[in-house]
Amino acid sequence: MSVALDITLCALVLGVGWATVAGHGVFRAVIFFITYGLLLAIVWARLGAYDVALAEAAISAGLTGVLLLAAHGRLRRLNASQEVPLHLNLPAAVVAVGIAAGLGWAWFALPAPTAPDLSQALPQSGVGNPVTAVLLNFRAWDTLLESVILLAALLGLWMLARDHAWDKPLGLPYHARPGGVLASFGRVLPPIGLIFGVYLVWAGADTTGGAFQGGTVLAAVCLVTIMAGVLHAPRVEQAAWRAALVLGPGVFVLSGIAGAVFAQGFLALPPALAKPAIVTIEAALTVSIAVTLVLLVIGPPDEGEQDA
Amino acid sequence: MTALVAGLTLPLLAAFAAIALPMRARVPAALLGAGLTLAASLWLAVVVWQTGPVTLSLGGWQPPIGIALRADGLGAALGVMTALVMTAVALAARHEMAASVAGPRAGFGFWPLMLLLWATMNAAFVSRDLFNLYVVLELITLSAVALVAISGKAEAIAAALRYLLFALAGSLLYLAGVVLTYAAHGTLDISLLAARMAAPSDALALGLMTAGLLVKTALFPFHVWLPHAHSAAPAPASALLSALVPKASLLILLRLWFEAMPDLAAPAALLTLASLGAMAVIWGGLLALAQARLKLIVAYSTVAQLGYIFLVFPLAGGDGGAQVWAAGAWTGAIFQTLSHGLAKAAMFLVAGIYLVAMGSDRLSDLRGMARALPMTGFAFALASITLMGLPPSGGFTAKYLLMTAAFASGQWAWALVLAAGGLLAAAYLYRPLAAIFARESAVAPRAIPRSWQAIPLGLAVLSVALGLLSSVPFEFLQIGRPDPAAEGL
Repeated sequence: MSVALDITLCALVLGVGWATVAGHGVFRAVIFFITYGLLLAIVWARLGAYDVALAEAAISAGLTGVLLLAAHGRLRRLNASQEVPLHLNLPAAVVAVGIAAGLGWAWFALPAPTAPDLSQALPQSGVGNPVTAVLLNFRAWDTLLESVILLAALLGLWMLARDHAWDKPLGLPYHARPGGVLASFGRVLPPIGLIFGVYLVWAGADTTGGAFQGGTVLAAVCLVTIMAGVLHAPRVEQAAWRAALVLGPGVFVLSGIAGAVFAQGFLALPPALAKPAIVTIEAALTVSIAVTLVLLVIGPPDEGEQDA
Repeated sequence: MTALVAGLTLPLLAAFAAIALPMRARVPAALLGAGLTLAASLWLAVVVWQTGPVTLSLGGWQPPIGIALRADGLGAALGVMTALVMTAVALAARHEMAASVAGPRAGFGFWPLMLLLWATMNAAFVSRDLFNLYVVLELITLSAVALVAISGKAEAIAAALRYLLFALAGSLLYLAGVVLTYAAHGTLDISLLAARMAAPSDALALGLMTAGLLVKTALFPFHVWLPHAHSAAPAPASALLSALVPKASLLILLRLWFEAMPDLAAPAALLTLASLGAMAVIWGGLLALAQARLKLIVAYSTVAQLGYIFLVFPLAGGDGGAQVWAAGAWTGAIFQTLSHGLAKAAMFLVAGIYLVAMGSDRLSDLRGMARALPMTGFAFALASITLMGLPPSGGFTAKYLLMTAAFASGQWAWALVLAAGGLLAAAYLYRPLAAIFARESAVAPRAIPRSWQAIPLGLAVLSVALGLLSSVPFEFLQIGRPDPAAEGL
């Protein structure tokens, strides 16, 4: 039974992946790509990597899907060509096939990988979920830099704004028909999503979940309320929003420095304080991740004249 | 240890402050952060000089569970070069990237992006973990791409997108190699990998990582994204992009081939790397010769100057590592990295001053600039001396060391490349020098304060001083070298 499921999944992933790159129109490729992300999330779940599955579904299928749909909508408004040329880029294809063959060979040539033994270290980490222990304690430096990557991506996106639009609200204005589906969703979904997002962060210490997954859910909630016109998109000059962007990375760096001053070294967490410290850092990171993702999806400041 | 942590955290905190603070406090906070980070980098170099390499297991976790940092002579020297270039760029950007000049958007974005780039360059110089280096490379790439696009012009955004696509392809290749390495050895720590049991997939993993890093370093034939990306940015950003950004991926290449997996350095692979470097020297030089704009000449010269550094692979890598000439070749390549960084930043800052003074960087519009702005002309001339490799500059020391090693090892073909590259550099830099020092007065250039003109001059003087006072940096670079071959020739 499970073998049949796995074979079906593999076939679906390959088929949908092919349909994504081989199709004609942009819209079709976007829809297939979102499906592809969801299928990959199921694959990760089948492999027992539930944290990766959550992240894949939330970020790769969810937020990336919204971004791609928004890009498609903008292309349509600009009357840009929606046709994807269907010629084969031969050098790229040869390189890709070569790399795939090499990686395939390595899969057969290598023994099953041996991960480092965490049984000694995990009880010292303050949390029960090994993924959270790796992300927030053993390899906290990676996670800190990853949260800064989100920030850099947002700065890069804002640099694409037009100069005269800089003091305008972020993104294009959204309109929802009063009493329509979107408007009611914008009021019904947020309370549920809020609880789910906060739960994911809190549960992440000991089971599946964490700041990235919870932050993505909260970002989705925030996006729905903005798209439904319940909340207004902020402007760059609103200092509270900019402070929210740097809250998580800032708390992370400062707690790392506190570790250098009061504990064994930079980013060190004494086992007794590890759990509250990790929960505090995750809470601050969640706020920043959620706000950064929302602002990444709604886009740079825009005067929105293309609508006309 | 304190200096190491300060060099990583101060620019991060300053970047956060530059994002969160209101406009009037932004530049002072960024400049304060720059000053403190410069002090931390110098302090780290002093500590390394006095006590040897500084190591730190982050969070108290030893590899393979945690991430180790190690500041050796090489990392600390690159940190000091980066700090000098960053500080100079920050001082110049006070004039060029102020919100009143560059607009509120670029005036907002430049400061946090510059500081984030600084923090991640410092992280790249000391990290010992291949996955951590992947994260660092991604952050460097995103900051650099944003700096290319910051002028907001259509051609800058196109160049930034092209750069992004190349860099992401490079990231994927590097990441594939990292994954293979982890699958085979269960660790990504450079020191642990050096003591690993060889696995059949190691060559493929090293090949993939190297290919990815070559794309990011813009080695020929992957250089096509570089010239337009570097010249489309505002001059202070160009200085960072050209002088610093390729050095991070280059350093990781050196760490892979000389520290993590030196056993895989087969002669054919080393020859390939150096041959690509030689072609970069020639092709970059020829294309620089064909440009009509100062920034494009300087950008194409980066392609050529980076090529020299790859001559280190056959001269000091593999079996050559144990030879007497290896230390000289290795140090020569690092000298080239350092002196090119200082000189190239000086040149782009000069180009920025000319753009403000004349509104153009076409050679035909720059005739007689040295009369109007003598300090700036002098700075460009000094930086040119370094790039041509004329004595007594740092570039001369670099090429002299590489050439001595080429003759001593019997690989005289590389000496020919060095000589031809020097001649090409003299040729492509003669054109802007002839224009700037032409005996005619430029048409009413805008006045530029002396304090601004002094910034590129300071960098250019340092790039020459690196050659005059080469014995201290020479010894400094040997601190913590993995393969302490007999001291050079």
